Amino acid sequence: MASPVNNVREWFAERFPLDDIKALAQKKKVPLHRYSYWYFLGGMTLFLFGVQVLTGALLLMYYRPGADEAFESVQFIMTQVQFGWLIRSVHSWSANLLVFMAFAHLFSVLFLKSYRKPRELTWVSGMLLLFLMLGFGFSGYLLPWNKVSYFATAVGTEIPAQIPIIGHPIMLFLRGGEDITGSTLTRLYGFHVAILPALATLLIGLHLALIQWFGMSVPPGVEQRWQAHPVEKKEIRFFPNFVLRELMAWYVALGLLGALAALFPWSLGVKADPFGSAPAGIKPEWYFLSMFQTLKLIPAKILGMDGEMLGILAFGLIGAAALLLPFLDRERPFNTRRWITGLACVFLGYMAIMTVYGWVAK
Amino acid sequence: MIKVHDSVTCRRGTVIIVAAWLICSGLIAFAQTKNSCLDCHSNLPEPLGVSVETYSQNIHAQKGLTCAACHGGDANSDDPETAMSRKSGWKGKIERKQIPELCASCHSDAQMMKKYNPSLRVDQFQQYKTSVHGIKWTKGDNKVAVCTDCHGVHDLRAPSDPRSKVHPINIATTCSRCHADAEYMKPYGIKTDQFANYEQSVHHDAMVVRGDLSAPTCTTCHGNHGATPPGVANVTNVCSNCHVFQAQLFQTSPHKDAFAAMGFPGCVTCHSNHAIKAPTDEMIGAGPKAVCMNCHTAGDAGSMQAEAMHTQLTNLASAIAASDELLSRAERQGMEVSQPKLQQTQARDALLKARVAVHAFRDSGLKQDTDAGLATTKLTYAAGQKAMQEWRFRRVGLGLSLVLIALTLVGLGFYIRSLEQK
Repeated sequence: MASPVNNVREWFAERFPLDDIKALAQKKKVPLHRYSYWYFLGGMTLFLFGVQVLTGALLLMYYRPGADEAFESVQFIMTQVQFGWLIRSVHSWSANLLVFMAFAHLFSVLFLKSYRKPRELTWVSGMLLLFLMLGFGFSGYLLPWNKVSYFATAVGTEIPAQIPIIGHPIMLFLRGGEDITGSTLTRLYGFHVAILPALATLLIGLHLALIQWFGMSVPPGVEQRWQAHPVEKKEIRFFPNFVLRELMAWYVALGLLGALAALFPWSLGVKADPFGSAPAGIKPEWYFLSMFQTLKLIPAKILGMDGEMLGILAFGLIGAAALLLPFLDRERPFNTRRWITGLACVFLGYMAIMTVYGWVAK
Repeated sequence: MIKVHDSVTCRRGTVIIVAAWLICSGLIAFAQTKNSCLDCHSNLPEPLGVSVETYSQNIHAQKGLTCAACHGGDANSDDPETAMSRKSGWKGKIERKQIPELCASCHSDAQMMKKYNPSLRVDQFQQYKTSVHGIKWTKGDNKVAVCTDCHGVHDLRAPSDPRSKVHPINIATTCSRCHADAEYMKPYGIKTDQFANYEQSVHHDAMVVRGDLSAPTCTTCHGNHGATPPGVANVTNVCSNCHVFQAQLFQTSPHKDAFAAMGFPGCVTCHSNHAIKAPTDEMIGAGPKAVCMNCHTAGDAGSMQAEAMHTQLTNLASAIAASDELLSRAERQGMEVSQPKLQQTQARDALLKARVAVHAFRDSGLKQDTDAGLATTKLTYAAGQKAMQEWRFRRVGLGLSLVLIALTLVGLGFYIRSLEQK
């Protein structure tokens, strides 16, 4: 006699390829070696993105974009809405952890050389996703409309204005006018909740599809050893073995988020006053701090050219080089791989030092 | 041909006339601004010396007047004999007793002053003659202040210039040069501690420390050119120029008639005059620092009223402090309490109003304000308590969640191990 559960499953199986998906998941394997733990970073980043989508959707129910309402609505969320403080604090902390995790994932992929052929497009889609995450951070920062975010956005949107010819139009596009006003707020809100999520969804879909298609990359050293000694090759099943391990990592991230939100609730600050004076030592979020500090240290003129403009140009070139990294990595005619690893180490060290310097500098 | 010649002649004539006009204008201007006195006196020692720098900052010099405007003589002549001849009207050193009239010769002349500063009053000399200084001067007292004692002589600057001796920030110091000099003031039999007292006052603090030029200084209460001590009956009127509500309430209070009957001046009876300190709630009541007890005795109706007012004020002040402390603690824990903190300003406003209402000297007058303030602090304190409860709830919730997560992780670990052992 068929049970009701079996009946439902059969009904569903006739209308959805559930068994095929299950078979595919069980067939999928994940390489097991000493660097396998780095595979969890991508999943952690995806989990935090999911947290952002969920908490962001909940915040949307009460948030009101507008210079007269934004701050008050966030204040309402934090004081009047049941667990509103938790949702908002988790959203803010998760955003920071997400950017951190995305960078960690990027450098793990870079050092493990996972961007090699045929995964070039996986790398490119990942880099574009990182840029989108930074865009999320920048556009979301102004939304509470507090004093610090107001002036930090003013400084942040002023930077691209240094670029000749197109700089000023870019600034106008970002601000919706010459100054930071309610128009800037609604504009960045539009980016944050509609345009960037739509692009991110597409890119995440592409990124995951490519990973699914090509499978997990194995570092060159491990790959060579396995090719030489096939008996040493180890794999675990994606489902349930790897997924359950990933789930454990997600639980750890969830606990960390909860602890940060409860012990260090994200401050709301003071409402933005466009006619007020900028607070002393205004700084951007930590993930822009290394760039900000670099621009502060660059001399006003370098070889007769505007120093800040050259700095922005350098950031653009570094970003472009990072995006096209798999195409710069080659073993013949010149072996650039070691150079890339060395430069990545230097760049990582520079970012860390400048971030700390920017943090402590007055 | 003849027409061309006429045209050239005509043009030459125009050029000559214009050149002559320019030369004459220059000579007239030179004649007006030349001040030959400085050629010598800028090189002489005090008291005859006046440096070019000092003189250039003199408001009269800036308006184009020369030494001759006060001292007479011919400032256009380079010959000292001619410049300082009695024939040219030279007066030499101006006698001290002549100074007010000399200044008034221009400053009381409306037509003359219109040329330089049409908005400047021209009644200073008239006012001066009504002042204690002016009355004594009229009687021949040569020690009392004349114009130059306060305004300066060769370094005389506009009162709006912060370096002027009569700029609000410098007035008390200027007055103190005589009024704090015990030896100089001896013949007049008046105290010389006014400046020392004023330096300790809330008014001095506002003026000098906070730079509030609207804060009172000597001339605000005593007048400037008509300077005179306010009479007993006028003190309240003087203070009420700024402290409007306090004065209005005092007029309706039982103290008004009582003070008048006893010959006490209004405000200064409790607040003193020059050494006006920032008032405290301890000034009212039956405590050791209460000024009420200078007249009232413990247990009388007045002291009981005073004590009732003191209790109302201190209750509200304590309630505000308690809410402040609780809200600050909640804020330090990361709780969002900006709304109740903003509400606290309403309670502070109520306390401020109650402190003003004290001047009606009826405990019922404060009740409305203190009750409103206490109602606000009740709300803000409750908000602070709620925030702290919420903070404790979050900690407990976090602890439970972390325990659950840890248990799940352990369970998952065991499950994975059991899966992989099969």
